[in-house]
Amino acid sequence: MSNRQPANLYLQQSEAVRARFERIRQREVILEVRGLGKRYASAQGEVEALRGIDLTVHRREFVCVIGPSGCGKSTLIRILAGLDSHSSGEVLLDGKPVRGPGRDRGMVFQGYSLFPWLTVKRNVMFGLEMSGYARGTAESEALQWLDLVGLGRFAEAYPHQLSGGMRQRVAIARALVNQPRILLMDEPFGALDAQTRAKMQGHLLEIWRNIDVTILFITHDLDEAVYLADRVLVLKAHPGEVQEVIEVPVPRPRSPEQFTGPEFRATRARLEALIHPPAPPVDDDSRVPTMHMIRMTDVSDNVE
Amino acid sequence: MSRTLLHIGSFVLPVIVWCIVSYVPFVWHPQVEVTLAGGVDYLQPGMRVDSDEFASQVAQMREQGATPPQGVPANPIYLPAPHEVAVALYTAFTKPPEGRDGQWLHQSLWHSVQIIFWGFFLSSLVGVPLGVLAGAQPVVARLVEPFIEFFRYLPAPAFGALAVAVLGIYDGPKIAIIVIGTLFQQVLVVANTTRKLDTTLVEASRTLGARGLRLLVRVVVPGILPDLYRDQRILLGWAWTYLIVAELIGTSSGITWYITQQARYQHFDNVYAAIVIIGALGFGSDYLLARLGRRLFPWDRQTVGR
Ligand SMILES: Nc1ncnc2c1ncn2[C@@H]1O[C@H](COP(=O)(O)OP(=O)(O)OP(=O)(O)O)[C@@H](O)[C@H]1O
Ligand SMILES: [Mg+2]
Repeated sequence: MSNRQPANLYLQQSEAVRARFERIRQREVILEVRGLGKRYASAQGEVEALRGIDLTVHRREFVCVIGPSGCGKSTLIRILAGLDSHSSGEVLLDGKPVRGPGRDRGMVFQGYSLFPWLTVKRNVMFGLEMSGYARGTAESEALQWLDLVGLGRFAEAYPHQLSGGMRQRVAIARALVNQPRILLMDEPFGALDAQTRAKMQGHLLEIWRNIDVTILFITHDLDEAVYLADRVLVLKAHPGEVQEVIEVPVPRPRSPEQFTGPEFRATRARLEALIHPPAPPVDDDSRVPTMHMIRMTDVSDNVE
Repeated sequence: MSRTLLHIGSFVLPVIVWCIVSYVPFVWHPQVEVTLAGGVDYLQPGMRVDSDEFASQVAQMREQGATPPQGVPANPIYLPAPHEVAVALYTAFTKPPEGRDGQWLHQSLWHSVQIIFWGFFLSSLVGVPLGVLAGAQPVVARLVEPFIEFFRYLPAPAFGALAVAVLGIYDGPKIAIIVIGTLFQQVLVVANTTRKLDTTLVEASRTLGARGLRLLVRVVVPGILPDLYRDQRILLGWAWTYLIVAELIGTSSGITWYITQQARYQHFDNVYAAIVIIGALGFGSDYLLARLGRRLFPWDRQTVGR
């Protein structure tokens, strides 16, 4: 990032990218969030977790949400999933207000949420069984979805026999089997190591390309957001508000080589600036290195 | 390997101590078993007297020029030697019981096992569903738990007289005591276990379309099943402790009655035999249940890799 770039390079879109965003805007609106607010009653009084969130997501759009820890990302996605209630505003899915969880919204959690007592196949069948599908139909559909995420061979394994990345792939298949209108993902790769994570990002893009699904994806990894998203929703904390919505100018199809491209770096730099604004020069933390610590090792036993 | 050795050791060590105390004459042995009364009027062969007493009698007889009594060092009657208990264990199954209404050991045991089974079964029939409901539904918990918290401090024996008055003197009140002793703990323990279920699992199932009773049956119950099973094993152990109380009310019966009868006639070898059998039964059944649990719940994190 040593070479100087114009500050607003991330706003410059190539012809192809601009046309693509135009096409996305032509598609129907899947999710509409208007003036969404959420207040928690806590022991210290009311906490305003979200305030006045507006967001419109079109069909087959990939939207990432980033923001500092505690800015209300999870709160937002849980409200969309119907797991939490909101205090003000409205959430419309296909024009209808969201009330409680439903099959039209799939969710993938950060932690492992597979049912440990069911085999991988039965996990994926769960949603279908809840919809009243016959066992046989559910089974053959589940196997198809498992093949799609590349885990057909592990149909009869139990979740504890799989690696972290494989478990999240099963969780994705399990959410997709209900053919939701939108897939909500709350830091789904947050617990994975860097290599697995990169692979999973590729997988997810591949899945998204091949099926009719809209994705709302929460992350705190800036690279991940730029790599995956059409648009990035940047939240700021206390209270959680929309700071900016960025249209990612990196052309599709995406590949890891683009990480070093100018659009990618410009977008990333912009996110960086939004999330970690330049710190004020004098800071309490700057005194830390001169702290007086008691020496707890031998005087001659130096590490530096 | 070393685990198995330690397991065996934890049983063998106490037995070794017991053998040393029983068979090495200079360890403890505070009494003398008389083999020959000699000139002492009140002594008879087979009687046990304190060593001091015996020594003074020997000295006295010597002084008087009479035959001194003879005897061997012995332990008090309440500590029989291992081989005596082993013999008693054998004869308990081979020699018909004494007395008019004498009971074979296995009859007494079987009666006790039935009381435990019915008490625990009836308690679980109510306690497990109620506990799961209370754990899954805060409304139910608020309605049920305060009363149970209050009730469980009332000692089960206090209900003995009441149970007899209502249910007669035979097995009814005994089963009732086991139920009262187990049920209230059971509801609270099961409710707690249910509350500890990972909320992510419940939320995931809700986003997949599970609701109401189906959520309970398809997610909550299987989710807590391994822990519920462990709870039930522990609660079953508690039910055994209430057995003593249960069997002493109304007409006393079962293994408690057997043991008190044998103790009354100072047949301590039979008492120990009964204790050994009860221990083996409890330990053995719990061991089998643990093995079964590993079979039933292959996914359970606490048993995986064991
Ligand atoms: N159940 C709750 N009760 C009270 N306050 C809550 C509750 N859940 C969240 N909050 C508060 O709401 C704010 C947003 O929390 P949230 O979990 O949505 O943040 P987040 O952006 O997901 O953070 P992270 O990046 O660490 O996951 C925080 O200040 C948090 O303290
Ligand atoms: Mg979060």
